[in-house]
Amino acid sequence: MTRTLATGNHVAGYALALAGEANRDARGCCAGAYPITPQTEIIEYLSDFSFSRGRVVLVESEHSAMGVCIGASLAGARAFTASSSNGLAYMTENIFSAGYYRLPIVMMAVNRTLGPPWNIWVDQGDSLMMRDAAWLQFYCDSHQDLLDTTLMAFRVAEDHRVMLPVIVALDGFVTSHTQMVADLPTQEQVDEFLPNCLIPHGLKHAHPTTVGGMTMPNETEHHRFEIQQSMENAISVLEEARNEFEGIFGRRPAGALETFEIEDAETILVACNTMARTLHNVINERRARGEKIGMIRLKMFRPFPREELLKAIGNAKRVGVMDRNHSPGSGGIFWQEIAATLIGRNDVLLQDYLVGLGGGDVTPENVNAIIDDLNRRESASTPEWKDTSV
Amino acid sequence: MTTVTPSKPYREHLLRPGNTNCAGCGMSVGLQWLDEALGELEPVLVIPSCCGIVTAGAFPTSGYGMPTAATTFASSPAVATGISTVVNMTEYENPVICWAGDGGTYDIGLATLSAAAERNEDIIYICYDNEIYGNTGGQRSGATQIGAVTSTTSGGKTEGKKDIMAIMAAHRIPYAATLSIGNRKDFLKKVRYALSVKGFRFLLMLSPCPTGWKSEPDQSTELVELAVRSGLFPLYEIFDGVRYRINQRPDSTPVDTYLEQQNRFRKLWNNSEDIQAHIDAQWRYLEAMATVFPAKAPSSTR
Ligand SMILES: Cc1ncc(C[n+]2csc(CCOP(=O)(O)OP(=O)(O)O)c2C)c(N)n1
Ligand code: SF4
Repeated sequence: MTRTLATGNHVAGYALALAGEANRDARGCCAGAYPITPQTEIIEYLSDFSFSRGRVVLVESEHSAMGVCIGASLAGARAFTASSSNGLAYMTENIFSAGYYRLPIVMMAVNRTLGPPWNIWVDQGDSLMMRDAAWLQFYCDSHQDLLDTTLMAFRVAEDHRVMLPVIVALDGFVTSHTQMVADLPTQEQVDEFLPNCLIPHGLKHAHPTTVGGMTMPNETEHHRFEIQQSMENAISVLEEARNEFEGIFGRRPAGALETFEIEDAETILVACNTMARTLHNVINERRARGEKIGMIRLKMFRPFPREELLKAIGNAKRVGVMDRNHSPGSGGIFWQEIAATLIGRNDVLLQDYLVGLGGGDVTPENVNAIIDDLNRRESASTPEWKDTSV
Repeated sequence: MTTVTPSKPYREHLLRPGNTNCAGCGMSVGLQWLDEALGELEPVLVIPSCCGIVTAGAFPTSGYGMPTAATTFASSPAVATGISTVVNMTEYENPVICWAGDGGTYDIGLATLSAAAERNEDIIYICYDNEIYGNTGGQRSGATQIGAVTSTTSGGKTEGKKDIMAIMAAHRIPYAATLSIGNRKDFLKKVRYALSVKGFRFLLMLSPCPTGWKSEPDQSTELVELAVRSGLFPLYEIFDGVRYRINQRPDSTPVDTYLEQQNRFRKLWNNSEDIQAHIDAQWRYLEAMATVFPAKAPSSTR
């Protein structure tokens, strides 16, 4: 283990490379790679890495990048890639394929606003667009969280009770291009944590089938139902993986969500990624002034951790959601999920705040304004737009 | 119809009985001859959305006796790249074969195909070209011949067919060839040669589609023979994208004998000047290439 100052993209590349390398005694690893800001340094890092048994295929598009991952995974390799924004949009068809094929591919999604108009800054709308694609989704708030989550992603994805791909999301620039200290593990540790990748339904001559061929409606329903069950399994598989991780790496990675000062909190804010860190500081200050306020950092978005969230919200009276994404005609996507979770809980005032869209810097002042608004409210309204430039 | 006897009962057949191909489908002959040429080799098939994936039938059965990946429409060369990467990393001997229609090849998959060819991936790509989108009911594609009536060109297609062989040759891939289901010897020889070469190999097979061509199912192989003999579908090979070998030259068979047996060409009956002009131009080009850049020795083998 070495403690290093590194950019988020570097940390992500490092984690992917070590995970790929850990499958060298089996069928190796393979990445399909295509550049887009702000993830490009991840695929550059991978292209420079010398794998014992692995290849980074420099393709002509994101659609093919995921196509290569699908082929490699069907043939038994550990497969991974990275993308952002319009790259994810272009890849969409094959993102769904990977989910429905149930291949344990891991993809870094470095969150960036979808264009046009062109904007390279952070917004979670790109990865959230893939919410129905049968991928697990994790959101990271720091470099260490990113590293740990990426390794955990392979472990959970390849578990036969799950067998689904995983998106690991991080903030464009705020995380991808800034340096933070992180403990980087050794190859031996990763080897121990990640057993050889085994894909039971891959291409096999002993039992030739058509993978991804036609099914009738009842079989398709069954297929979707099994995916739902596997999503539900992922919650306990994640807990097991955390224990294993702690044993090998000596620290405990975050689970489905993290809470702070929620025990007696009457007001709770929910956020993800680096916004949650700013929120954390604000909660600290307000607690010091005696306010009964706490927060939840949502780390896992798929499967959506309903029970954990309900438990964390407890008896809070007000819940505010900070959404750095926007579903036109509805509102924030995290808010929609939380609203669905809180059905029947008329005792909770749930308010959505659209904040930091298109990469606006979410400052402590913005967060305080949100909390003040939430505490003043008699009732919830349609999602509130919070302009970060003022 | 030509009957096919495999050289020996080596392994499961590529195409199983009970598949869903229409009677007289060019794929049925093509897949069986491909099977024969493979001998004991056990391929992995990669098939995008097209009639060729319907051939497999519905889960849990499979019309293919070899492991098959059903990919998205544009993705077969990318998925095949991932598979062949792993096959090569793990020293397996299985050829990775894309089996794709003209829509997946000439149109939606062209960028993916071009990139895989440019990277010289270790893949055999076979396009069974029925000159329409058969799966979706016979719409025009970039491979549809000029004048052909399709479900989206009721007056006959006004544009000519894309020269996919020239496009592939421009990638300087080790081997590109056309295949006729009317010439078994030539078919097997070329597929076997393709199997002996490493890198990206492209094979184009004219694939009759009685359903879309509005032709008689029992005429399919004869139709391809007529297409070859009239010069409309030349049989030739291109080595490393630059050296040409013509396998069969047109005899004096008029193209009308080919057109007249297919209702899709009804606009060209007694009106075949444009397509004849296309044939003449195509042959001037091919003869010139084969004269200036003749294929002497075949390119490097595995
Ligand atoms: C992205 C996408 N667009 C459209 C389709 C619908 N579609 C399925 S097969 C097909 C046509 C296939 O034509 P071709 O490749 O020529 O093969 P054929 O069916 O003639 O064998 C189309 C348009 C699809 N599956 N995916
Ligand atoms: S529609 Fe044409 S290409 Fe498709 S299976 Fe039938 S004959 Fe073959």
